[in-house]
Amino acid sequence: MRKFLIASAAAIAAMIGLASPAMAAGGGDVKLQTGEWSFTGPFGYFDKAALQRGFQVYREVCAGCHGLDYIAFRNLADLGYNEAEIKAIAAEYEVMDGPDDEGEMFMRPARPADIIPNPYRNDNEARASNNGAMPPDLSLIAKARANGPDYLYSLLLGYVDAPADKDVPDGMHYNNAYSGNLIAMPQPIYGDDVEYADGAPTTPEGLSADVTNFLMWAAEPKLEARKRIGVAAVFFLSIFLVMSYFAKRRVWADLH
Amino acid sequence: MVVRFGPRAGMCGAVLKEGKMANTNSKPGASDADGHEPDRRDFIVVATYAMGAVGAGAVAWPLIDQMNPAADTLALASTEVDVSKIAEGQAITVTWRGKPVFIRHRTADEIARANAIDSAELRDPEEDETRVQKPELLVVLGVCTHLGCVPLGQKTGEVKGEYDGWFCPCHGSHYDTSGRIRKGPAPTNLEVPPYSFLSDGLIRIG
Amino acid sequence: MSAEKFSNPVVRWIDHRLPVFSMLDHEKYDYPVPKNLNYMWNFGVLAGLALVIMIVTGIVLAMNYTAHVDHAFGSVERIMRDVNHGWLIRYIHMNTASFFFIVVYIHMFRGLYYGSYKAPRELLWMLGVVIFLLMMATAFMGYVLPWGQMSFWGATVITNLFSAIPFVGESIVVFLWGGFSVDNPTLNRFFSLHYLMPFLIAGVVVLHIVALHRFGSNNPIGIDAKGPQDTISFHPYYTIKDMVGIAMFLLLLAVAVFFFPNAMGHPDNYIPANPMQTPAHIVPEWYFLPFYAILRAVPDKLGGVLLMFSAIFVLFVLPWLDRSPVRSARFRPVFRIFFWLLFIDCILLGYLGGMPAEGIYVLLSRLATAWYFLHFLVILPMLSVFETTKPLPKSISEPVLATARGVA
Repeated sequence: MRKFLIASAAAIAAMIGLASPAMAAGGGDVKLQTGEWSFTGPFGYFDKAALQRGFQVYREVCAGCHGLDYIAFRNLADLGYNEAEIKAIAAEYEVMDGPDDEGEMFMRPARPADIIPNPYRNDNEARASNNGAMPPDLSLIAKARANGPDYLYSLLLGYVDAPADKDVPDGMHYNNAYSGNLIAMPQPIYGDDVEYADGAPTTPEGLSADVTNFLMWAAEPKLEARKRIGVAAVFFLSIFLVMSYFAKRRVWADLH
Repeated sequence: MVVRFGPRAGMCGAVLKEGKMANTNSKPGASDADGHEPDRRDFIVVATYAMGAVGAGAVAWPLIDQMNPAADTLALASTEVDVSKIAEGQAITVTWRGKPVFIRHRTADEIARANAIDSAELRDPEEDETRVQKPELLVVLGVCTHLGCVPLGQKTGEVKGEYDGWFCPCHGSHYDTSGRIRKGPAPTNLEVPPYSFLSDGLIRIG
Repeated sequence: MSAEKFSNPVVRWIDHRLPVFSMLDHEKYDYPVPKNLNYMWNFGVLAGLALVIMIVTGIVLAMNYTAHVDHAFGSVERIMRDVNHGWLIRYIHMNTASFFFIVVYIHMFRGLYYGSYKAPRELLWMLGVVIFLLMMATAFMGYVLPWGQMSFWGATVITNLFSAIPFVGESIVVFLWGGFSVDNPTLNRFFSLHYLMPFLIAGVVVLHIVALHRFGSNNPIGIDAKGPQDTISFHPYYTIKDMVGIAMFLLLLAVAVFFFPNAMGHPDNYIPANPMQTPAHIVPEWYFLPFYAILRAVPDKLGGVLLMFSAIFVLFVLPWLDRSPVRSARFRPVFRIFFWLLFIDCILLGYLGGMPAEGIYVLLSRLATAWYFLHFLVILPMLSVFETTKPLPKSISEPVLATARGVA
């Protein structure tokens, strides 16, 4: 019944394959560009320089509207910053603490253990400040969208002139990667929006790729460990499979 | 030979009849006629099972390690305390890593009594001066070294024990004005947490 | 006998009073297994392994999870980011859930193909269907726990199925929720039940195994073992053969966990639950898709729900629908064709369940649903009467010997 096994495997693969576009399907004319990512594939890793640049883009471009609610300053160690640098970055932010002995809340400089502060106090303020559109939290955005990294990259580069027959209402923007093509977020990246210390290109493509790298790290900070352990585990289990197959043949040999 | 399908008393394993056992050996395949253990001791078979055991062992580690403190727990390891407002003879309790820390502004008398004793006579010999950074400020973990209760003696009017430090109500350990164990079952002195003075009146614990 | 059986005196001492070693020994060596089982017979053991993996990783996850609407999503993220190896444990739990269903579906189709549900194994089969139902309930409630968008809306949609029951439906839904919407009480009870049900499954698995060992495994030929020449001991033959299956299972699982951990999940579940906004396309986990397609195929609410549950309950009566005395499809040429049609039909239903309920998909869903019930309720009873089966071999040994080269 080898046929059955093959059929089952094919069926499962088909179902997953067929179901995923269904999940990703959206209205409108959606085009995704594919970026070149260091983190894909079984030996994927994060390019630390790109992560640091991406963090800079986040701070200077995205952080005005988008939070990173699951990232603490201490996590920036993954980007290659040392303890002193992390303390210095944290100290540039103020966070609310308290209540103090008098029962008052107070502001103090952030410490490494603190979460990176959200630009808004709560969702209602976020919505009110953005014409009713809620800027999503970016900690998980790279996993919360189908084909996350390519989607983010395409979205950031997707602000093109609307076709003549497309009506773009006030407060909306045309984007060829966004489902339905009308997005509330104005174009965030134009090129040269930030100044890189390492002289990396600040073209729209360069900036978008860097911030995408950073957001992928934010969504999946354990990716490198996962792939590293994964390669070892698959190697081990492959040998185990081959050995158990030959062991089985040996045990069964006297039956045939 | 009997057809061996059907109700079998041996199912529960409690009653294994000799006759039934004997059947096993004569089955084709179970060719090692002596004993009922037809295990093949070939290298490849043993190695396969050994590899399975090693793999299972490797998987056990993450399942155990997840109970160790997580990264966010470890990161919350320091607390800053304003000690300038503690009056002489008073004490405050602050939380550090989920445990109480006793900070006592000692009087000259208390300091003198802490230094009056020859530390060699103590159960856990320690000089008072090695336990403080400034003599008037004693910082100790408020956790009895016996079994983890919080000793009394912080608030005015609480029992402070025979040595005027702290007294643990659980099993009667007495600590002196340096937080050293003097009487009772506790084996060691109250622990001094790592701390440093950020300024004259501000310390950071941890 | 039992006294001399074990050389270790401690084992002997214990076994004399508590014969657990005798029991194990009995299962290992005395339990006769047909000698001709193919690799399709690995999947029962694999399902057991998946259950163990789920229970072990689940207990560990529960140590770090917070069942509260304000903290559930954050506690799962804490597991993914801060808890030591938490990401690994959660990804194993997530993906093994899918693998558990893959394994069980293959196990079920194997049973269908080789007629393993037929007398005298009807109860064995029905206990298996009970396990399948419990698995679905457990998986559904587990999927709610991370409290993402799909968790929330999946819970809302599935619990609302019960509102289709006439008169008492609304009350039942409020009862299930513990409130007027899916909220904190719902999450709490789902967590409690999600923790409980795997142990119920384990209990039914024990019954499943007891029932199995009453008459032993069916086999690819589908005829009873005629004597010891047809059987071999479980150990070492099937232990090592199961080891091959286990290695393959773990290898595929590792590939999923380490390289495609979210492929069988849905991106929307990385968005925290928002009771004010439904995602554009709600889809259940892939293993529910065939049933979801049947639900949506019917334009009537109650009808859809009833039909969906009937799709499972028809399996309970399967042993009495298929009256053909021949078990294995190898000797039932017509049945075999219909088996593969059913297989394709189920895959098609799964595909349709993932598609939006509009246009051609609705029509196809109805046809596929109709075929599913037609297969069980009409075709199988008719085949039992009209099919001409091939002649059965005299015993298991005979064809094994005859085709030894091919099988090996």
